[in-house]
Amino acid sequence: MFSGYDFDVIQRSLPYLFRDGMTFTVTLTVMAMTGGIVFGTLLAMMRLSSLRALSLAAGGYVNLMRSVPLVLVIFWFFFLVPYIGAWVVGDTQPIQVGAFWSSVITFTMFEAAYYCEIMRAGIQSIPRGQIWAGNALGLDYWQTMARVVLPQAFRNMLPVLLTQTIVLFQDTSLVYVISATDFMGAAAKVANRDYRLVEMYTFAAVVYFVISYGLSTLVKRLQERIAIVR
Amino acid sequence: MISLKDVSKWYGSFQVLTSCTTEVSKGEVVVVCGPSGSGKSTLIKCVNGLEPFQKGEITVDGISVGDPKTDLPKLRSRIGMVFQNFELFPHMTVTRNLTLAQEKVLHRGLEEATQKGLKLLDRVGLLAHKDKYPGQLSGGQQQRVAIARALAMDPIAMLFDEPTSALDPEMINEVLDVMVGLAKEGMTMMVVTHEMGFARKVAHRVIFMDRGEIVEDAAKDDFFGKPRSERAQQFLSKILQH
Repeated sequence: MFSGYDFDVIQRSLPYLFRDGMTFTVTLTVMAMTGGIVFGTLLAMMRLSSLRALSLAAGGYVNLMRSVPLVLVIFWFFFLVPYIGAWVVGDTQPIQVGAFWSSVITFTMFEAAYYCEIMRAGIQSIPRGQIWAGNALGLDYWQTMARVVLPQAFRNMLPVLLTQTIVLFQDTSLVYVISATDFMGAAAKVANRDYRLVEMYTFAAVVYFVISYGLSTLVKRLQERIAIVR
Repeated sequence: MISLKDVSKWYGSFQVLTSCTTEVSKGEVVVVCGPSGSGKSTLIKCVNGLEPFQKGEITVDGISVGDPKTDLPKLRSRIGMVFQNFELFPHMTVTRNLTLAQEKVLHRGLEEATQKGLKLLDRVGLLAHKDKYPGQLSGGQQQRVAIARALAMDPIAMLFDEPTSALDPEMINEVLDVMVGLAKEGMTMMVVTHEMGFARKVAHRVIFMDRGEIVEDAAKDDFFGKPRSERAQQFLSKILQH
């Protein structure tokens, strides 16, 4: 049954798949997660702000990002970021940021919208009295946020944040459309070069499944451990 | 010390406070009582600006609470507040709960803040629990920690918003004992509570509120002797029946 297939191609391409491909994927995921959570948290604070201009701006951004397909955003950033960069610096030539940095910027911006909604729910899950208590002690807005609200919001939302990160990890495979060599891109390149599409795509699917499923199991365990005693 | 002049507040078109005027002098203990929904908690939260109000003026130690130019965090740091649901920070140990604001607001060193915090924790009888998290304490213990946390800021006045309402009956006294101790030391206190025993014991004045208005504002003995308003009489007869 498997006589027509050559699964050996997987073993031969392992170094390339993991050293080049997976490194790209993991680095991109970690950077986009970090940036996305930082920006997402700021966006969430803006969305919940009593200043109408701030909450409208953040709301508009989140809705825009969530209403556009990720592939489009990736394209859009890849072709536009060089020009925006040039315009910002005042250069006449488009600035070459490369597939990697273009991906990092795209995913940070895109994921920030999703992390924002998670953090917004997290912040809103903290009882109003906690903010009162912080304020009553003389802590200002930023101190109350940083010391009282956000640490609790993060802890409550950690499982959801990590689950979103697992989705992000899978979504990074879309950088394939700008010919970046992430894990998926590397697999596709080998597949097309050796004409071993079934073998490589099956292997890629198995790897994504094992990592994603393994991580979500870990998240579940973590969730049980960190619940705050209230 | 605390003075409210003609304070009114609306939620949208619904008026929750109607021209409330009263005063709490230095060293005075004033109890605010009244049926639920009468605006007592809202009123006391207006005193340190946790709830904004639309009309009137509140001053604490001569500083206007409603003035946008007032440094509210600084003013609040000088007024202690204790809440119905304790509101200790659940992700910090008891000690950290006591030291956080001392460090971040009063800029005390960690050592000084810890010393001060533990001294007050000892005062409310909970020194043995200093390394626990709030969730590991009973309601009464949490509320005593909350009082210690407020006292650690060396407040010039203390606000209590129904401090015993969320407690099981057997824990009410341990909290009231701490409050009585404070009152006897001459702390300026404004206390929203239904504990008429506490009012009888230490209050100088009792304010009775109904439907957002201060209906009665009388010296303790007058209030318990013969309240002038019918509503206050009804309220008292209801809660003092048993």
